[in-house]
Amino acid sequence: MIEGITIYEILTLTTILFFIGVYGFLTRRNLISILISVEMILNASVVNFVIINKYLYPDELQGVLFSIFIIAVAAAETALAVAIIINLYRQISSVEVKDTEVMKY
Amino acid sequence: MNIGYIILIPLIPLVVFLVLGIFNQKIKPSVSGYVGVFGLLVSAALSLYAAYQYFFVFGKTDGFYQTFSEKTVWMNFTEILHIDMGILVDPISVMMLVVVSVVSLMVHIYSRGYMKGDDGYTKFFAFLSLFTFSMYGLVLATNLFQIYIFWELVGVSSYLLIGYYYTKTTAIAAAKKAFIVTRFADFGFLIGILIIGYYTGTFDFETLNNPEGSAILNWAVTSFMGLSVITWALILIFIGGAGKSAMFPFHIWLPDAMEGPTPVSALIHAATMVVAGIFLVARLFPMFYFVENGFALNIVAYVGAFSALFAAIIAITQNDIKRVLAFSTMSQLGYMMLALGVSGYEGHDGVGYMASMFHLFTHAMFKALLFLGAGSVIHAVHSNFLKDMGGLRKYMPITNITFLIAALAISGVPPFAGFWSKDEILVAAYDQNKLIYYIGVFVAGLTAFYMFRIYFGIFWGKEKYYEHKPKESPLSMTFPLMVLAFLSITAGFIPFSEFISADKAGFEAHLNYPLAAIATLVGVMGIMLAWVFYKKESSLSDRYANALGPFYKWASDKFYFDEIYMFITKKILFKRVSEPIAKFDRNYVDGTMVGIGNKTVLTSEKIKGLQSGKVQDYAFAFIAGAVIIGLVFIYLLTS
Amino acid sequence: MDILSLFIIVPLLTIAVLVFTKSLKQARVVSMIGSFIQLGMAINLVFAYLKERAINQDIMVFTRDLVWFEQFNIHYSVGVDGISVALLLLTSIVVLAGVFISWKMYDLPKEFFISLIVLSIGVYGFFITIDLFTMFVFFEIAVIPMYLLIGIWGSGPKEYSAMKLTLMLMGASAVLLVGILGIYYNSDADGGVLTFNILEIAKVNIPFEAQKLFFPLTFIGFAVISALFPFHTWSPDGHASAPTAVSMLHAGVLMKLGGYGVFRVAMYLLPEGAMDWSWVFILLSVIGVVYGAFSAIKQTDLKYINAYSSVSHLGLVLFALLMLNKTAWNGAIIQSLSHGFMTALFFALIGMIYERTHTRDIRKLGGLLKVIPFISVIYVIAGLASLGLPGFSGFVAEMNIFVGAFQNDDIFIRVATILSVSVIVITAVYILRVVGIMLMGPIRNDSYLKLERVTWFEKSGILLLLIPIVGIGVAPLWLSDMILESLQPFIQGLL
Repeated sequence: MIEGITIYEILTLTTILFFIGVYGFLTRRNLISILISVEMILNASVVNFVIINKYLYPDELQGVLFSIFIIAVAAAETALAVAIIINLYRQISSVEVKDTEVMKY
Repeated sequence: MNIGYIILIPLIPLVVFLVLGIFNQKIKPSVSGYVGVFGLLVSAALSLYAAYQYFFVFGKTDGFYQTFSEKTVWMNFTEILHIDMGILVDPISVMMLVVVSVVSLMVHIYSRGYMKGDDGYTKFFAFLSLFTFSMYGLVLATNLFQIYIFWELVGVSSYLLIGYYYTKTTAIAAAKKAFIVTRFADFGFLIGILIIGYYTGTFDFETLNNPEGSAILNWAVTSFMGLSVITWALILIFIGGAGKSAMFPFHIWLPDAMEGPTPVSALIHAATMVVAGIFLVARLFPMFYFVENGFALNIVAYVGAFSALFAAIIAITQNDIKRVLAFSTMSQLGYMMLALGVSGYEGHDGVGYMASMFHLFTHAMFKALLFLGAGSVIHAVHSNFLKDMGGLRKYMPITNITFLIAALAISGVPPFAGFWSKDEILVAAYDQNKLIYYIGVFVAGLTAFYMFRIYFGIFWGKEKYYEHKPKESPLSMTFPLMVLAFLSITAGFIPFSEFISADKAGFEAHLNYPLAAIATLVGVMGIMLAWVFYKKESSLSDRYANALGPFYKWASDKFYFDEIYMFITKKILFKRVSEPIAKFDRNYVDGTMVGIGNKTVLTSEKIKGLQSGKVQDYAFAFIAGAVIIGLVFIYLLTS
Repeated sequence: MDILSLFIIVPLLTIAVLVFTKSLKQARVVSMIGSFIQLGMAINLVFAYLKERAINQDIMVFTRDLVWFEQFNIHYSVGVDGISVALLLLTSIVVLAGVFISWKMYDLPKEFFISLIVLSIGVYGFFITIDLFTMFVFFEIAVIPMYLLIGIWGSGPKEYSAMKLTLMLMGASAVLLVGILGIYYNSDADGGVLTFNILEIAKVNIPFEAQKLFFPLTFIGFAVISALFPFHTWSPDGHASAPTAVSMLHAGVLMKLGGYGVFRVAMYLLPEGAMDWSWVFILLSVIGVVYGAFSAIKQTDLKYINAYSSVSHLGLVLFALLMLNKTAWNGAIIQSLSHGFMTALFFALIGMIYERTHTRDIRKLGGLLKVIPFISVIYVIAGLASLGLPGFSGFVAEMNIFVGAFQNDDIFIRVATILSVSVIVITAVYILRVVGIMLMGPIRNDSYLKLERVTWFEKSGILLLLIPIVGIGVAPLWLSDMILESLQPFIQGLL
């Protein structure tokens, strides 16, 4: 609980953060940048969990607990994604997403 | 009277046709000739025997000739309508049996000589037998559908025989034309049959022709556009008859039919098939007479009279002797039709009917003779045209005499057969319709004129240069000529009215001396005129022809009806109807279907952009979808 | 094993044996034996049927019923009446003739004969079942092999024609399926259960609104395969590109499925809908009759002429079916039989001519009567039969149709009837035109002076088809009475 700041402001912050991440995911050319945007999405949802926990259900701990899960999963997923990018790089010698548009009509 | 054996009369030629047709390649020509002739000899003997039995041995009962029939159901349409197959024996069918048998037999014998050495000899006799079978079936028919069936078979036989020289394009075209023109008339015939079937509930001749039967008594029940439907039906049936009998305007096939071998022209296009239309009207005469006071019969009379006149005028101008004879046939058929048209029914009133049948009988004899004689001449000089002939009387005496006899007969000179029959026709016309009578007299004069024009042109006048010296034909060809000549002389003495009459009672006919004298005079004048113009070579005829100017040209071009027919079929039907339809079908109807296919492919091309392979596009779709569903849910949850 | 299911079992066995064949010679002999057995069975069925009919007055005899899908009440239900018996006979004769004509099929013979037999299974099944769904299944079985048969063994633009034919027929099947489902979902209108069985549905009074909606769908669904104008355009290209035996089977038999389906399903189950919609389809079928004939006049490819001729003749079948009386229906069925034999005969002859001269263009042919007399004479005979000459089956059929149609004194129908009758003239024109150009006349091409004589198997095929045409033409009473008798219950349903 922070004095003088309601839940709405923080939720607005996380929403903006979320959609910045979405925008980044949809428009970045570099695979690593896409990965970073995914991180932003995940972080926004983590903050959401914690805030809702703290503001709406102050006597519970599930939100905070779940946010730890998310952070761990995000880390694992990042590691996996980087492994994929490295393998992909070995095939196409590039980390641009436009070089992966092979499976189309 | 036992009529069972009569079924053999048509069956024998049928068997001959099947045998000669199936074993075509394996039979020697001379054998097939004998088989054909022999088969017909048996049928002819049976026909004459049947006639003798019917008219003399059995004779009249209570003053009327009885009608005998044997029939069996061939196919059922509904509970009341069905097609029967059977034989109907009454005065005109027996008479026709005799006519068909005699002429066909003579033609068979003649063909043995005429067609000798030809490749398709066996085929020819097979087709001749097919034709004879069909013709017998036609005259023995017991109901409208049976006569229609044999009508079509006769038409096909004619097609096969006209197209006999099938490598000649003109023959192929002529055969097609004959079949199609008559088929068109048969279309009318069929509609007429359908109408009669529906409105009277029967196709059977005996039932329809009964003057006290419901078919005739109830003619006024249903009308269409002012006339009874039965009258319409009779007019349509007459159209069918007009097609087969080459009445105007369905006559165009007959001159072209001369492409067939001459024996075919003699048999089919002079004596037998072409009289089928006359026979049809005679067969349905009670209906024609009683329904709507003979309205349809009037039409028959005028069409017949006009055709007689029209054909005679054209015949004067033709240079191909077979074409002259063809138009002459059309003209004489016109006489027969008009005689039926002006006929009454009871006793002496029915003189028109009697005269028509009488003329059919005599005409068959002398017309066949004329054609066979022409065949003899053509055989000798290898040309159909008058300009290639002349002075042949020195070389072909038998042909000369027999041709002369036939020419005198057709010109109505007593005591030859044509005089008697033609006179009766004129008597019938005189009593009923003066206009038709005058036309008849005028045509009689024209007939004599054009007939002797060719007689003198062939057998008298200056001799032409002949490649081979023309000689008389062999006995197989001259024997029939002699037989027919004999009949052309004597047939007139048969007291026909005792046997054939509209009410089947028979009556005594008397010679009407004034009218007979006028007819004979007109005939003799025609002959004299021809003598002056044609006996010696002179330019007299050409000068007169030029004097008549364009009218002569129109007549010699047959008044352009062939051109009209060609125009209608080639330019209109083929080019303006059939071609557009075929193109429309290919480009538009099919185009629409193919177009649907193409549209599908185009749409698919547009849609396939969705499978772009870009992960980010897919993610966008995913997110957009999720957002939309989310918004929808929020909307639903809050409302 | 009931007598009817044998019609499906025997072809399946033939296919099973065919799988093991290794050459053309073996494949064709096996197929011939199989089809021969079928023919024997069909002839036997005719006699068995007539015997059974004398004692059994049910609508369908030799019935057998096996449940297939319980929940939807779909059964494998079979039964025949006089009409089915006649059509089964037609199919077996045409299949055997087709096998004879394919005696020299050198490419992939095994697969060819297998596809042919599969097609025939579809047709046999269609004629014997009385369950709507099973009928539809067999209908599809009959249509799908066409794609392979035309696309692989055809000539000319075969892939295009195969695609067009299959897609158009599938489109029609889609429409048909909607119609069938419509009927199914209304089959409990009288308080019973939903059923696909034709005989049971016939007893139900399907509501008029439903009939009005589903009749055109069912009619069109079936009639497209019978070349209903304007959906007939798959026919000219399809027939032209197909190999001979396939054209024979398709035009001779498959195109009859449409008329049969219209009769058994659309008219029997939806009579009020039929009466309501009849004028539209009468118009379309009369247009088809006259239009098909006129189009045939201008064609130069023999197969196209025959295809348009089929459009014209089958238009008469549909026209007759819409007249809703016994005589016309009798005519429609006899016309189906007659046309089946005639068109199969024509295609067989055209195939023989093509094999020898390698062209189907009549302008290039000429004088064939001198060179191949047997084939030419039979062609003339077939042509005369086609234009309705008495003595052949075409006349019997057409007269029944015309007399039957004339029994309606509605002025619109009378005019339509007269237009249909005029086809006898137009048919004569195009038939005689072809005969005159192709068979008669001078020989146009010197390479034709010596052409192969007709072989024994070709002769067998021809005679097999010619005999029924002449038989029905000369002695129609037994056939027309057998069919009239079977039509009785269908007419009752209409009244």
